[in-house]
Amino acid sequence: MTRPVPVPASPDLAVTGIEYAPAPESTDIVHLRDRYDLWIDGRWVAPADGGRMTTVNPATEEPLAEFAVAGAADVDAAVAAARAAFHDRWAPLAPSERAKYLYRIARILQERSREFAVLETLDGGKPIKESRDVDLPLAAAHLFHHAGWADKLEYAFPGRRPRPLGVVGQVIPWNFPLLMAAWKLAPALATGNTVVLKPAETTPLTALLLAEVFEEAGLPPGVVNIVTGAGETGAALVAHPGVDKVAFTGSTDVGKQIQRTLAGTGRRLTLELGGKAANIVFEDAAIDQAVEGIVNGIYFNQGHVCCAGSRLLVQESVAELVVAKLLRRIQTLRVGDPLDKNTDVGAINSRPQLEKIHELVAAGVAEGATMHQSACPLPERGLFFPPTVFTDVAQSHRVAREEIFGPVLSVLTFRTAEEAVTKANNTSYGLSAGIWTEKGSRILWMADRMKAGVVWANTFNRFDPVSPFGGYKESGFGREGGLHGLEPYLHLEGAW
Amino acid sequence: MSSSTSGVVARLAEQLDPIRITPVDAVALEERAAALAGRSVKRQTKAALLDLAIRCMDLTTLEGADTPGKVRAMCAKAMRPDPSDPTAPPVAAVCVYPELVATAVEALGDSGVGIASVAGAFPAGLSSLDVRVRDIAWAVEQGATEIDIVLNRSAFLSGEFGRAFDEIVASKAACGTAHLKVILETGELGGYDAVRRASMLAMAAGADFVKTSTGKVGVNATLPTALCMAEAIRDFEDQTGRIVGLKVAGGIRTAKQSWQYLVVVYETLGARWLTPDLFRLGASSLLNDVLMQRRKLATGAYQRLDDFTID
Repeated sequence: MTRPVPVPASPDLAVTGIEYAPAPESTDIVHLRDRYDLWIDGRWVAPADGGRMTTVNPATEEPLAEFAVAGAADVDAAVAAARAAFHDRWAPLAPSERAKYLYRIARILQERSREFAVLETLDGGKPIKESRDVDLPLAAAHLFHHAGWADKLEYAFPGRRPRPLGVVGQVIPWNFPLLMAAWKLAPALATGNTVVLKPAETTPLTALLLAEVFEEAGLPPGVVNIVTGAGETGAALVAHPGVDKVAFTGSTDVGKQIQRTLAGTGRRLTLELGGKAANIVFEDAAIDQAVEGIVNGIYFNQGHVCCAGSRLLVQESVAELVVAKLLRRIQTLRVGDPLDKNTDVGAINSRPQLEKIHELVAAGVAEGATMHQSACPLPERGLFFPPTVFTDVAQSHRVAREEIFGPVLSVLTFRTAEEAVTKANNTSYGLSAGIWTEKGSRILWMADRMKAGVVWANTFNRFDPVSPFGGYKESGFGREGGLHGLEPYLHLEGAW
Repeated sequence: MSSSTSGVVARLAEQLDPIRITPVDAVALEERAAALAGRSVKRQTKAALLDLAIRCMDLTTLEGADTPGKVRAMCAKAMRPDPSDPTAPPVAAVCVYPELVATAVEALGDSGVGIASVAGAFPAGLSSLDVRVRDIAWAVEQGATEIDIVLNRSAFLSGEFGRAFDEIVASKAACGTAHLKVILETGELGGYDAVRRASMLAMAAGADFVKTSTGKVGVNATLPTALCMAEAIRDFEDQTGRIVGLKVAGGIRTAKQSWQYLVVVYETLGARWLTPDLFRLGASSLLNDVLMQRRKLATGAYQRLDDFTID
């Protein structure tokens, strides 16, 4: 305005912008051991053949701790402990008493949530604001929700005499290590089963810390057993004849192997696998909020999300506008130290995953798509990848068909709602979809036609323990959460 | 109103139609605002933000009981907010009723602090356009360098967008060289879609700033509302090339609130808006909290409330 501007005493922010000083969450709260054993029958047990692996902090690639690699004998011992606990301690327990344990575990998790959040970020690379504001509250919510079901199963399945299956083998992924443990353990325990849990080899630490919570909660020995290790440990667990049911979350390739292993055995199986979700933006959408939803859909947890909105389908009439706004927005994403509270996008979980992202991005460029990347500075060390957008993508391109599991978005366009449905469903996956429009009737029309387990309207990546989650086609089968999520863990008599 | 209905329609077609007004999703907007409110600012950044908050402040008194004495005291504070610390910058402007503009002119002299005045039958604006325009012109004659008027909500809410638009055009003409801020009174508009529409309308009609609130109704500036208006400003620049400022006012009392607004502006509109030319905080009691935080940063300790002047 028409006045002399006084000389500022401090740097002119109109020139420099706001440079948020690093605001790292302190790691003092986490007390790591040098090495972790297996947790079997309520005790820490060294692996029979002495195998060890090291888990690293992907933001620095520095080692965090050694953990045990469970061999066949260890898996055997864990399954035996779970079997004994099922017969002697857990199945005979009054359901309301089982509920008390779950409530107690959930409360302890809440009390120690900062510790868990920091450890989750250290071990996995996700931004602290996500582990703090999403993973931990949701993990506790799942435990609370299922604690409530424990003594109400007769009401949930009237006249069908719900009974537990026995011993459940659960293999979980590295993208939401603690949250997936909670998703798997809560329904299994609430329905009266005992568990052998196998965390991912790049992120075993929060599951191992969970063992401390079980001890603190006084959970009877053997009800939950934790065996760490890589693919061989998981294979030994799912193939173990003493396991009555297998629940797996992870890649479609491994899911197919597990399905082959279990075929003909009569043992139950649920799979939650990959995805290539369409985030569909119509011309009448709230564009600025849709852009936020697109960003959340693909850059949340560095895109390491099975239900990530990795394909943007945008109506042609607003495609230019949406893409321009999106490309401007990704410049403001802050990629860096996952422990910094101001970080939006953290570290890629592992070197092999980073290499896979590089390979698919190179394929996108080679196939003729146009690549746009955020110019945001990346840390000099550690595993990082800039937020990336591909335009001029065709349905036939690899970046439009294969799950990248990284911060890479492919943009496609459509002309009519029918075409949006056709393109969205034209994938081997079917885990989730997003619809952005201000027109309610169109949301319902689209949702009816989406071959996806979860359909979000005017939002994305929103989870709730009440809402069943699971896939169509190569995204797997079975549901987790809500009433539907109890069924895979129960014998039910008769038909509906 | 001198222009005919067909003139209004023609101008609307010319000025409003090419402007695209997108809907706003309340849930996602509020989530984004909450996420931005969680940005952590420390040390030098905080110090710079506190100084910027002062430099962007419209120190305001808008009470029926305002007297020349009260305004003179406020002007002294505006020029030198912290008498014990000469590095504390002066505020951007004082904001007073038209009758007190002359007092402010005299008190501020050539200090460089601007004089904003709420003219045009503030705070409802429901007087004849003729009276409102003369009120504006008189405030400018008295020496106001900035004029804050209200959007005609009566016209806007009854769907007479053309009338609301024309009145802003007429008010802008009456401002001469003074800058025009248009108060949308967002707490009365009934939702973010209306805030976005009103922002686009005011900008298309010539507003130099769009402003949230008068401070006279129950709901004043909120972070999501400021974000909604910032997105409209960004969209307006994309569509027309014209750059418009944002003023948030009403209920802003803490230093933390002030830097949260600055973060929203920075991450939505960019660094360019971090100047009193394009961003203002309208407030009466905010300044002392900012000064207190400023001194806390410099000395490491909070000072007594009585160490800061009450004017």
